[in-house]
Amino acid sequence: MAFEYAPAPESRAIVDIKPSYGLFINGEFVDGQDRNKTVNPASEEVLAEVSWATPEEVDAAVKAARAAFAKWSKLDGKDRAKYLFRIARIIQERSRELAVLESLDNGKPIKESRDVDVPLVAAHFFYYAGWADKLSHAGFGVDPKPIGVAAQIIPWNFPLLMLAWKIAPALACGNTVVLKPAETTPLTALLFAEICQQAELPPGVVNIVTGAGPTGAALVEHPDVDKVAFTGSTEVGRIIARAVAGTPKRVTLELGGKAANIVFDDAPLDQAVEGIVNGIFFNQGHVCCAGSRLLVQESVYDIVLEKLKRRMATLRVGDPLDKNTDIGAINSAEQLSKIKALSKVGEDEGAERWSPPCELPSNGFWFAPTIFTGVTQAHRIAREEIFGPVLSVLTFRTPGEAVEKANNTPYGLSAGVWTDKGSRILEISDKLRAGVVWANTFNKFDPASPFGGYKESGYGREGGRHGLEAYLATH
Amino acid sequence: MPRIKVRKTYKLFIGGAFPRSESGRTFEVDGHNAALASRKDARDAVLAARAAFGKWSGATAYNRGQILYRAAEMLESRRSEFPSEEVDHAIDRLVWYAGWADKLAQVVGSANPVAAPYFNISSPEPTGVVAIVAPQSFLGLVSVIAPVVVTGNTCVVVASTLESISFAEVLATSDLPGGVVNILTGKAAEVAPWLASHDDVNGLDLTGVADAALATSLEQQAAETLKRVLRPAEVAWTDDPGTGRMTAFLEIKTVWHPKGV
Repeated sequence: MAFEYAPAPESRAIVDIKPSYGLFINGEFVDGQDRNKTVNPASEEVLAEVSWATPEEVDAAVKAARAAFAKWSKLDGKDRAKYLFRIARIIQERSRELAVLESLDNGKPIKESRDVDVPLVAAHFFYYAGWADKLSHAGFGVDPKPIGVAAQIIPWNFPLLMLAWKIAPALACGNTVVLKPAETTPLTALLFAEICQQAELPPGVVNIVTGAGPTGAALVEHPDVDKVAFTGSTEVGRIIARAVAGTPKRVTLELGGKAANIVFDDAPLDQAVEGIVNGIFFNQGHVCCAGSRLLVQESVYDIVLEKLKRRMATLRVGDPLDKNTDIGAINSAEQLSKIKALSKVGEDEGAERWSPPCELPSNGFWFAPTIFTGVTQAHRIAREEIFGPVLSVLTFRTPGEAVEKANNTPYGLSAGVWTDKGSRILEISDKLRAGVVWANTFNKFDPASPFGGYKESGYGREGGRHGLEAYLATH
Repeated sequence: MPRIKVRKTYKLFIGGAFPRSESGRTFEVDGHNAALASRKDARDAVLAARAAFGKWSGATAYNRGQILYRAAEMLESRRSEFPSEEVDHAIDRLVWYAGWADKLAQVVGSANPVAAPYFNISSPEPTGVVAIVAPQSFLGLVSVIAPVVVTGNTCVVVASTLESISFAEVLATSDLPGGVVNILTGKAAEVAPWLASHDDVNGLDLTGVADAALATSLEQQAAETLKRVLRPAEVAWTDDPGTGRMTAFLEIKTVWHPKGV
């Protein structure tokens, strides 16, 4: 039975997108030289023109951050806190505007940007604001110092949330920042720049340089940067780790993943199916910690697959601004072609592909929720990060086999485990080589909860007390 | 007539055994022929360290602390084999780190007050296999090995002193499982690149690398598998070491579970 829904689009009137944006340097928007367009991935409509910062413009931003560092780092913690609290409040006040803009530029469903991304952004600033005058209690020495100028490069999957994860702890600790949003999702970062102005944050404390890879490279390699923080692909993470080798620059990297989501036969299966769906289809699967490898115990394989397929058939794919939409647009044509290519590889390697009947809009970038069964550990779709709504299903017989398969990856960002047996949860959680383990839940985030990977998923933690370490001169 | 002394042969320390270098090579150190480790020895040592990791990281913290304390006891009883100006500090350093085994998780772990009904806890876990280029001094050697293994990592150490092998004998009689510490005597410039580029090494401690160009190139190689890297540093080994050498090779794992469902 199919449910019919009337369209319920969120109004975009709340957002005032300018035809063109400059770079945010030293508290002001300055015109950039290299103009490019950002599009709505759900319609391919051009949303605005943005500047891709040249090395000279990056240099100006770093200089502004360096100049601002002298004062900002000396400011009383309680005063830095007040600026961050202000920012948190303005984000709450302008939350709907931010949510609509995020969904327009990124393609994610409004119910996610509105109920997950933006509330977490405000909470993150609120959390780290409170740390600014308590750093001597954080366990990093009696008088911990900021590092200096932080170069921060963020991905397109959670544009504003990743900005918050980077900027909030950096500022709380007394650093100044130059942040580069992803080239396909610059708009909420630019709106955040306006929020910094509204909060009367001292000029130069936050600088935002939009652009693509070359802008990021210029930023990472800038000699006056003291700290590099990057979230994105493992491939780029390696390049950055190589680039900072032999320099005094500190670096934290939050990279790719290929998380196992392990379902035991005693799991509450309906909850587990919700967790599987949330694990791989949340944010179109554009999630580094997505549960992209489902490991099902053989004895419940048939029933789990049946329930999963039934649930997938109810997912609504379409207009990101529609409040009933579960799965929005793929962020870019480039990402869509990567997802298509790897899915083709999955078929070619002999896995069985299935998607529910699903009408996709004619404009924009779309990919139906997809599962592959009959997947082995050797298949590329079980090894490589697809970063899309594509789930690979594998099976296991014993807990030992589940752990071995789960850990059989160069990544180690996250994992899920579903079982009603408490002692099994604790044992399996101990054995999984992953930075975040969700037991009987998945894809939960909180500013107080450290997040980050083992192995080739990167190093350093963001969130919680642990997240301060990346921005303090601790050693 | 004076007794003819029985001399010691200085060999490598891999997987709890003392093999010669598979290459058959030696180099002269203080009038003795020490084994000159090769690429193959480095790979064997990584295999041994990986094989030991599961059991050692799964041992109780109390047990690891006891074993490190035992190493301090063994060093005390063999103190005459080590530089007299360093051995007291080295013994004390082992005792100090031994005590950290069952305390560090309480200092660096946390229960996290998330804004939803979830149990949420963060705990430190060892990074895995750590390759260490040891500093020349004996106290330095002990001060880089102890913090890496007390938390449950296993390691492959590149050293160039005879004391490093005498220290291996201390470890071998301390109930330390074979493979937890592997010591290769040789040239850092020859052996360390194989460790820095090894896919099954998770961390790299470059403290003992004196040559800046070598350090940079090792860090670049480590980037390929995103190893955790501790850069070279001038260290005053008698200073309070702090917890930094332990936390450099720890991962924080955060576990969530719903409450009330």
